[in-house]
Amino acid sequence: MPNKPFAITLNVGSSLANKTGSWRTERPVYVDRLPPCNNACPAGENIQGWLYQGEEGGDGYYRAWHQIMLDNPFPAIMGRVCYHPCETVCNRAQLDTAVGINSVERFLGDEAIKQGWTIEPDAPPSGKKVLIIGAGPSGLSAAYHLTMLGHKVTIADSGRAPGGMMRYGIPKYRLPRDVLDAEIARILDMGVTLGLNRTVRNVADEMAAGGFDAAFLAVGAHIGRRAYIPAGEAAHILDAVSVLRSMEGEQKPLLGRSVAVVGGGNTAMDVARTAKRLGATDAVVVYRRTRDRMPAHDFEVEEAIEEGVEMRWLSTVKHADAGKLLIEKMVMDEAGFPQPTGDFEELEADSLVLAMGQDADLALLDGVPGIEADDGVVKVNQAMMTGHPGIFAGGDMVPDDRTVTVGIGHGKKAARNIDAWLRDSRYEPGHKHEVAHYDKLNTWYYADAPATVRPTLDIARRTSTFEEVVGGLDETNALYEARRCLSCGNCFECDNCYGVCPDNAVVKLGAGNRFEFNYDYCKGCGICVQECPCGAIEMEPETI
Amino acid sequence: MPYQPIKFYQTGSFVVGNRLLDQNERSVQSDTERLNSLTSGHRACQGCGEALGARYALDAVAKATGGRMIAANATGCLEVFSTPFPETSWRIPWIHSLFGNAPAVATGIAAAMHAKGRDDIRVVGQGGDGGTIDIGFGCLSGMFERNDDVLYICYDNEAYMNTGVQRSGATPPAARTATTQAVGPNPGNVFGQGKDMPRIAMAHEIPYVATATVAELRDLEAKVERAMSFRGARYIHVFVPCPLGWGSSSNDTIKLARLVKETGLFPVFEAEHGEVTAVSKIRRRIPVEEYLRPQRRYAHLFGEHGHPETIERIQALADRNIARYALLDDLPDSLKPPGSAVGRQVRWQSEDLSEQTSAMAILTETTGAH
Repeated sequence: MPNKPFAITLNVGSSLANKTGSWRTERPVYVDRLPPCNNACPAGENIQGWLYQGEEGGDGYYRAWHQIMLDNPFPAIMGRVCYHPCETVCNRAQLDTAVGINSVERFLGDEAIKQGWTIEPDAPPSGKKVLIIGAGPSGLSAAYHLTMLGHKVTIADSGRAPGGMMRYGIPKYRLPRDVLDAEIARILDMGVTLGLNRTVRNVADEMAAGGFDAAFLAVGAHIGRRAYIPAGEAAHILDAVSVLRSMEGEQKPLLGRSVAVVGGGNTAMDVARTAKRLGATDAVVVYRRTRDRMPAHDFEVEEAIEEGVEMRWLSTVKHADAGKLLIEKMVMDEAGFPQPTGDFEELEADSLVLAMGQDADLALLDGVPGIEADDGVVKVNQAMMTGHPGIFAGGDMVPDDRTVTVGIGHGKKAARNIDAWLRDSRYEPGHKHEVAHYDKLNTWYYADAPATVRPTLDIARRTSTFEEVVGGLDETNALYEARRCLSCGNCFECDNCYGVCPDNAVVKLGAGNRFEFNYDYCKGCGICVQECPCGAIEMEPETI
Repeated sequence: MPYQPIKFYQTGSFVVGNRLLDQNERSVQSDTERLNSLTSGHRACQGCGEALGARYALDAVAKATGGRMIAANATGCLEVFSTPFPETSWRIPWIHSLFGNAPAVATGIAAAMHAKGRDDIRVVGQGGDGGTIDIGFGCLSGMFERNDDVLYICYDNEAYMNTGVQRSGATPPAARTATTQAVGPNPGNVFGQGKDMPRIAMAHEIPYVATATVAELRDLEAKVERAMSFRGARYIHVFVPCPLGWGSSSNDTIKLARLVKETGLFPVFEAEHGEVTAVSKIRRRIPVEEYLRPQRRYAHLFGEHGHPETIERIQALADRNIARYALLDDLPDSLKPPGSAVGRQVRWQSEDLSEQTSAMAILTETTGAH
């Protein structure tokens, strides 16, 4: 062996010849888990996905907005009126405070309006026509998604302007009308035909007359529920829906100096706060149970109280007369039901507003075969279809929570099912991944917010109003807030797995392409799984 | 601190990389073009902390020197698992001679390079705790006192793992090894023995001494970079968990390195010319039990026949480090060591400390912003 140094008998080789992957009994695999926020969103938004885009700033804002638009055409409205169930379940709440998802969404929505971002339908025209009855959140959402899927959409609405409860139920102080108009206009500009002041008497006739292939009913629930309250002739009793609706007209409702509102839901809060804004000195909410039983969201109650609305818990109106009410005190029994006590007191009130829930007006379904209604709502199957083939329904007129976001979710779900029905197929929702709960995360890697940023963020979160924060900080705040996202269950390319592998068995594929394992050398130690901040890797047994 | 301050509090500076960071702010290990000085196919156990620590450190040296480096290795796991004849895992010039002479070999290479006028080629000596603290101790001390131009890196896994987990001068009290069995009234390694090598190195007043763990990559890389900015003798002591010798899960390697620092048992600091210049603060303080419990070498301390008093003695050691190096943020003035330099000649009575530190525990909510 003339070419080898002294005492060397073999050629020098690399340890790469030694495939240590054969040691392995378990292998790491990359997974995508379902972030709790996405799981909780009634509109099915990919929240983690758009925060991931948004945290890049710059062009990332457009990509984030576009990601929202895939599921929900109303980011700016959502950022104001959504009750953000996403934040309630946010894993970051267990670390410090939930990510202000709602405020980031609002920022993106406002940015889109400011920049005039639009969206183009991405499917070729199908040649099918769909009739939508009701231009509320659910109807508009369905119109948007159906248009995106290539169908021709006509909306009929009985109101003078589109928006449904977003216009006639939500007060202006929560949803400025220019924002509402801008987001609706963007949908109409995509080629949706809107007929206003059009009350549909019979849906089947309407479909036949217009040559529609399918219909989506989303008329909402606009009829205020009445309760029998013995009243003197001069008593001034109104229902909440009418009060809120008349706020949109020329004639503001005449409520007087002192207003009592019966009910414990968000609508009761809206009316009481509206009454205050109209100049009432006293706005009193009368509710027969205790605060913790109130269906209204806690922050709505909180804000109402801050604005000076008075709360009368465990109280019910026994008799209404001109200028005064007779209130009976209640007590909760063991089963949690309020029972009368026989104790009475008087309450001064120029008007009494009933906010005790709403019913849907289902007259347009009379005589349509197959459609079933129960307890004031229409029955639909898993595909949002009524008993009549081709007629679908959603929003407040079907059984579910009655919020704008739920309505928007119904619109999307119905659109996908209508699309499948029009194409003679079935819509199969994608497989849901396992939820990325807090215990899947390695929270060590998430830094705490620097103390200097925290106060500004707190303000941003509390007001949820970027405009109210000192000028120029709005984008910074949104960026910081987006960057607080833990990206639960979804790789965000932190390079940890790539760095911590003792065997260099992780291949970094470059920006946006994540990583892959080199199973030739992976010994299956599991460090990458343990050290992945967001729980996007799991071990699975090797098959022999 | 040597950390890069990074203004994302999604992951801050704690992860290896971050797609939102500027390229020049990223760690060496996050680079797709990183050297992988210790390449795949080495025969280290699953989850080996030493293999990880060596790649972290040497890749950083290669980055700092533009690849103009030579490494001399003591006998030990690192040498055995990387070079079974005729294969090698090293992608750098690398030499192994004996168990005890790595510092002397490194000194010789540095002298030879100097004689050849190639001072641009930098020399690294490296070994485990046995080769460094016990067998190579004389050579290392000589290298220090002559201030030879070598960076010596000790990968401390707290026993002779390669030969079957025998006790070394770095084995901590109460740990079970093959030669300190968990039997008798005081099971495991005895208290009051062993060497605190970083402090011994500091006593030589060499230009740079630092400690680090494999749990904090950015800190380790910054220290290597800092070390390479000096000429003369430098010493970095890296804490590297050993799943085999410690009886821990292979996936807990980094977690244990993180926990040891958060207990205070392994202080992470930097010193220049014999003076501590920076300490890495504890971020979320934890009791020593959390670190000890996942390791079977401490199993005899727990359970029905456990030794809670021994755990308390270990806690006292952690508390002593916390006071000595001021490892907690916002120490009350009464607990601050006198003088501005931290850790100088402060003699705390550990009995008194346990009381004081329980008060300190309340103050452990740190910001994590470095």
